[in-house]
Amino acid sequence: MDGNGRWAKQRDLPRTAGHTEGESSLFDVVEGAIEIGVKAVSAYAFSTENWSRSPAEVKFLMGFNRDVIRRRRDEMHELGVRVRWAGRRPRLWGSVVKELQVAEELTRDNDVLTLTMCVNYGGRAELADAADRMVADARAGRLKRVDERTFAKYLYVPELPDADMVWRTSGEQRLSNYMLWQAAYSEMVFTDVLWPDVDRRDLWRAITTYAERDRRYGSA
Amino acid sequence: MSTISERFFLLQSHLEKNCKSKISKITGYVSFTMRKFLFSVLSIGPIPAHVAFIMDGNRRFAKRHTLLQDSIDPASGHRLGFRSLISTIQYCYEMGMKCVTVYAFSIDNFKRSPQEVQLLMDLMREKIEEMSAEDGVLKSLDVKINFWGNLELLTEPTRLSAKRAMDTTMHNKGPVLSVCVAYTSTDEITHAIEASVRDLKGKDQVEVSDLERNLYSASYAEPDIIIRTSGETRLSNFLLWQSDFTHLQNPKQLWPEFSLRHLVLAVLDYQLVYAYLKKRKEEIEKNK
Repeated sequence: MDGNGRWAKQRDLPRTAGHTEGESSLFDVVEGAIEIGVKAVSAYAFSTENWSRSPAEVKFLMGFNRDVIRRRRDEMHELGVRVRWAGRRPRLWGSVVKELQVAEELTRDNDVLTLTMCVNYGGRAELADAADRMVADARAGRLKRVDERTFAKYLYVPELPDADMVWRTSGEQRLSNYMLWQAAYSEMVFTDVLWPDVDRRDLWRAITTYAERDRRYGSA
Repeated sequence: MSTISERFFLLQSHLEKNCKSKISKITGYVSFTMRKFLFSVLSIGPIPAHVAFIMDGNRRFAKRHTLLQDSIDPASGHRLGFRSLISTIQYCYEMGMKCVTVYAFSIDNFKRSPQEVQLLMDLMREKIEEMSAEDGVLKSLDVKINFWGNLELLTEPTRLSAKRAMDTTMHNKGPVLSVCVAYTSTDEITHAIEASVRDLKGKDQVEVSDLERNLYSASYAEPDIIIRTSGETRLSNFLLWQSDFTHLQNPKQLWPEFSLRHLVLAVLDYQLVYAYLKKRKEEIEKNK
């Protein structure tokens, strides 16, 4: 969900205004995804790298994430969305974690679409954390061998299938190690629109681009 | 201008092959001088230190040019791809890049027909020998070659060629060529995890730095650009860990068509985003 800062700068507003505007973009996209039949959406809300932003912006983002989840929780539940959290605990505000856990519990049995909120998430961090959990299991005798498939069970949201498409807005052509394990074979779609200006039609356009591609997975 | 330079370069290779050495030396010199001028202009902006290539499109190129018909040489697309590789790395090193990494053969490619896999194994061995020869590119440019991947999966002769090439060039001081064979990023990461876990000893936790230390690419800088030819926009399990800040490019040319002007355009493209990427990187490093 890239481009909040730039959107705000273009309008001479503080960066936080961009984030605020970006909330409606996300939930419009989620509804658009449901309409078109997508089963899983993961949103990169706060990265482990974002701690390097200004303390004021970080404070805002923590509070903002907490409020958005609290605000949108019931709406998601009504749409049949199952909310999941992908991220690590250290440094993350307790109040944000609490809201995420309440949302997860409330929407636990929904099955229309899984919305994974990546808050305090980093692709490399996820792999290191998974390795730690594996070590714990190995020491307790619960794990015999390490291979790719076993390893995937230790990711934050193991039941999530690998991503078919990674969509990055604002024209940036980088992966920024977002879901690096799960994006191994994903089609990457880069859109120039800034996130606050995005709506469900941009999602549909991105999916159309995705549908036109020929995925071979290394074989013929 | 680059097209003319390329033509001289191709003419030179052709003449060299046909032993017209005096003329080929002249055309070689002309082409080299033109490139030198071109690269000095490019160097006004930042030159990437490390570029990685996903060399996609060899088979499609062969099909398009009906070289696969009659099955005279089913590897023809790949042979042309190899020539493209040699000239591309030459241009990269002349431009001042220190590292080039290429995705030559994925673990997923073992899923292809046994005949094609064997063909590719044999072709790889042939080309490794060619590069390692007395008049080969590794010696002439003082290149250090690495083979990254689960080399045990390769056929024995190919694996031995690779090992020999690595041993012979181990102390070379020139640019680095890392060839990913029998490689996938997830396999690399799994091996890194196994190694990190083995080395845990007293420590409680596996850290990101432990994993990083155990990757094949541990002592090298991350790629500045990953170029996947043939217009495909996937990483296909290539350098997933290392591509955090890497600028991803997907030119529509097939790999055998990728030439000097496409490389120059790629570098120019990178130069346009360089300032922004640098700023973002510095922000994050500052707060680590």
